[in-house]
Amino acid sequence: MMSDTFSKIDIITSPSKFEELKEALNAIGISGMTVSNVLGCGVQKGHKENYRGLSIDINLLPKLKIEIIVCDVPVDLVVEAAKKVLHTGKMGDGKIFIYDVKNIIRISNGAEGRDSLRYDE
Amino acid sequence: MKKLTKVSLITLLTVLFISIFSIVVFAEGAGDPTGIRAGAVDQITSQIVGSPTQDEIITQIAKNKLAVNYVWVLMTGMLIFFFQCGFAMVETGFCRSKNALHTMAMNFMVFIVGAIGYFLVGFAIQFGGVGGWASLGSGVATLNHEVAIAGWGIFGTKGFALASGGTYDVGVYALFFFQMVFMDTTCTIPTGSMAERVKFSVFVVNSFFVSMIFYPLFGNWMWGGGWLSQMGVKLGLGHGAVDFAGSAVVHSMGGMMALAGAIVIGPRIGKFRKDGTAVAFPGHDIPMAIIGTIILFFCWFAFNAGSTTNATDLRLAVVATNTMIAGAVGGFTSMMYMWVRYGKPDPSMMCNGALAGLVAITAPCAFVNGISSFIIGVISGILVCISVRVVEDKFKIDDPVGAISVHCVNGVWGVIAVGLFADGTYGDGLNGVKDGVIGLFYGGGFSQLIAQLICVAVLIVWGFGLSYGFYKLLDKTMGLRVSAKAEIEGLDIPEMGMLAYPDFALVPESVETSTYVKEGK
Repeated sequence: MMSDTFSKIDIITSPSKFEELKEALNAIGISGMTVSNVLGCGVQKGHKENYRGLSIDINLLPKLKIEIIVCDVPVDLVVEAAKKVLHTGKMGDGKIFIYDVKNIIRISNGAEGRDSLRYDE
Repeated sequence: MKKLTKVSLITLLTVLFISIFSIVVFAEGAGDPTGIRAGAVDQITSQIVGSPTQDEIITQIAKNKLAVNYVWVLMTGMLIFFFQCGFAMVETGFCRSKNALHTMAMNFMVFIVGAIGYFLVGFAIQFGGVGGWASLGSGVATLNHEVAIAGWGIFGTKGFALASGGTYDVGVYALFFFQMVFMDTTCTIPTGSMAERVKFSVFVVNSFFVSMIFYPLFGNWMWGGGWLSQMGVKLGLGHGAVDFAGSAVVHSMGGMMALAGAIVIGPRIGKFRKDGTAVAFPGHDIPMAIIGTIILFFCWFAFNAGSTTNATDLRLAVVATNTMIAGAVGGFTSMMYMWVRYGKPDPSMMCNGALAGLVAITAPCAFVNGISSFIIGVISGILVCISVRVVEDKFKIDDPVGAISVHCVNGVWGVIAVGLFADGTYGDGLNGVKDGVIGLFYGGGFSQLIAQLICVAVLIVWGFGLSYGFYKLLDKTMGLRVSAKAEIEGLDIPEMGMLAYPDFALVPESVETSTYVKEGK
């Protein structure tokens, strides 16, 4: 049996395009993901606001973090799909991080590896 | 399926038709849909039903007059109780979420403790010698012993536990009910300036102190027949110190206590940098604070108009309207001030501005006209915005909710405003002085203004001085502040044992938005 390679893909982007992204991912065969609200900063600078007359630097901006694990679906396909939805060419589009994953276990039936990602049993 | 639907529809329509038919056909002679037959002579309480004697008619009229006063006093009292909800929401909204439960719990607790203190002791101290309350009937005359020095009243001694000295009377109970909720507002004001670092237990003690000693003594001097109200009769200073619904008695006293407490307890950790500049700690739920402000605004109509304690005193319409005007204008002025000066209409200051207008109009509301209310509101809206920055930047006092700027500064402004704007149309007989209360701008000269300024001096010396001493003592004995560790973690777990929002992942300290100070856009 071919050795399974799993990859984790983190997409950090502005919350406004999430529904579109989800649909695009569903279209290429990805239905499972973990989504969290995060605060972040990077190249995109914050801005100043006033609270009761005191100036505040808003450096940390609200973002969405979408975590996906893939095995059968090629990583490049996911990256292309995400870029297609999220790209505007401006700062604030976000970033994609790709990691190796050692193993995946489904808790309900103990399936490991590629089987734990399959949903058509 | 279709047949069943058809059958049901026909059945329904038939039943409907029969019902309508019966209502129309069998309706005659049963009820009185316009009320035109209600309220006939059989309603007059009389020995022989339908034939009242003249005395019985007179008694009924008197009872009705009294009854409408009782309804007025009790209903407005109930609405003023709801102030607690307003304050709780404003303060909690302005705090950080890690302290939300503590702040809200404090604001409810002050009521339940204050009720006990005021019932057992405070009410008697404040009103035990008031001698009577015309709009509530003759029974209030049992509150007839005032301890005085050379004829100047200091405190009362009838009515402890609403029983001592034969005071178990409907009028006394009604007066207590109404006055208690005013006292409770003073209890809750200092929780705002000391929030996010004060111990819960401190406010338990504080509420007993306020309800039993701090509030009732000054309250006696202003409203219970005591010396501040006697300055008119005894010294010719206007009508003595005048405060219709409590800019001095309630808000300034609470505000002075808030000021003293904030000074003694010190600023929150991280509030001021080493160079002395202030750091913003944004409130976690400003929408909650806005709801709280709306609730307070709503209940303020009761707070001010209810203070006529007399439903046949139609001046209450002017009082309620003046309240509305000053509050709205105060909020608008603050909103515009922030918009012009800082670029956006800061909603938290809009709230503080409305409350400032309401606090400022609370003393003069019965004695001024709508235009004066407008002007008073404009000034209070500006005062509160300036004060928030001055308190923080110049005096380095940390006031998380603006309690000092709203209640202390604008309470004093309200007291002074009486001496300036009172137009002489109302107040004949108040504190035993003939003719309406009249201020400087309406040809009344300085006498009322001087009485008001004396009141302000007492607020500073007694209100601030006593609370400062009280907090210093409390700090030495039980300590006002929680430990630094508890303060940074958030007071909800260390003080209350539970979180306000256990389901939400709280943002850890290290991720707080960074801030630095510079005034301006």
